Amino acid sequence: MRHALLVLLVALPCWAQDIEQRAMALERELRCLVCQNQTLAESNAPLAMDLRNQIREQLAAGKSEREVVDYLVARYGDFVRYRPPLRASTALLWAGPFVFLIGGFYVLARFLRRRRVPRPQLTSAERERAAKLLE
Amino acid sequence: MKRLGWTLAVFVALVALLAIGLRLNPREVPSPLIGKPAPAFELPLLMMPDKRFSEREMLGQVWLLNVWASWCPPCLVEHPVVTRIAQSGLVPVVGLNYKDAREEALPWLARNGNPYRLIVYDADGRIGIDYGVYGVPETYVIDRQGVIRYKHIGPLTADVVQQKVEPLVKQLVAQ
Repeated sequence: MRHALLVLLVALPCWAQDIEQRAMALERELRCLVCQNQTLAESNAPLAMDLRNQIREQLAAGKSEREVVDYLVARYGDFVRYRPPLRASTALLWAGPFVFLIGGFYVLARFLRRRRVPRPQLTSAERERAAKLLE
Repeated sequence: MKRLGWTLAVFVALVALLAIGLRLNPREVPSPLIGKPAPAFELPLLMMPDKRFSEREMLGQVWLLNVWASWCPPCLVEHPVVTRIAQSGLVPVVGLNYKDAREEALPWLARNGNPYRLIVYDADGRIGIDYGVYGVPETYVIDRQGVIRYKHIGPLTADVVQQKVEPLVKQLVAQ
């Protein structure tokens, strides 16, 4: 009995801490819909507080991170995720920066090629003169 | 000359992109609930705490669910518009009193009028989360089968009612 109590006393705070850490990690990945440029972790909006409580409750009830995210996405859409999934509707979002990067390299390459000056071709008279000057 | 054309084209494209981007309303997040059954609830009534109401009781009719609270100024702004739809008799409007206190919600209704068929009381906002509520007021159009067909975030205006809500409700009623 005393042992069980001791185990409980040690285990309970660990378990609570574990939930807390998992919840905090999740909150940094999720958007607050009220102040849209803040994560759930940063926002002080009442809805963010409610959602933080929901996340803790659900994790404590044994749900996985994925299930919690799915729960929120089902209600608020992919917009709640700071890392939206790759879909047809988000393809531009994911590919856009690379398209711009490749476009930038293309423009740069063209620019550099245009700037290259052709090597001067000397006539034989000029060559002789140059040789004389170098002597 | 060719180069100038290119620069101009890129510039115009950028301006067009920004013009579109700046006109979009970032608060209008498309709801994943459109086309899905309205989330189930069973909540006490605002007026009669011992009576409960479930969305199932509205099956078979087209209805509006209007999420409001006495602490929400835009709710007061849209109240005349909500009142007008409800009184037109076109569609019943059910209120969802969101994270409010009874002792504030009831005087609010007494002051501003109560156009609702009935009002359910979501004190902790749990059902609000199920409906994806994040900016009160919000209004849902729900069809006879209990499926959400449209969601409006923010105060209803006469324009929104005329151009979106009314035509949709008429079409759903006629089905």
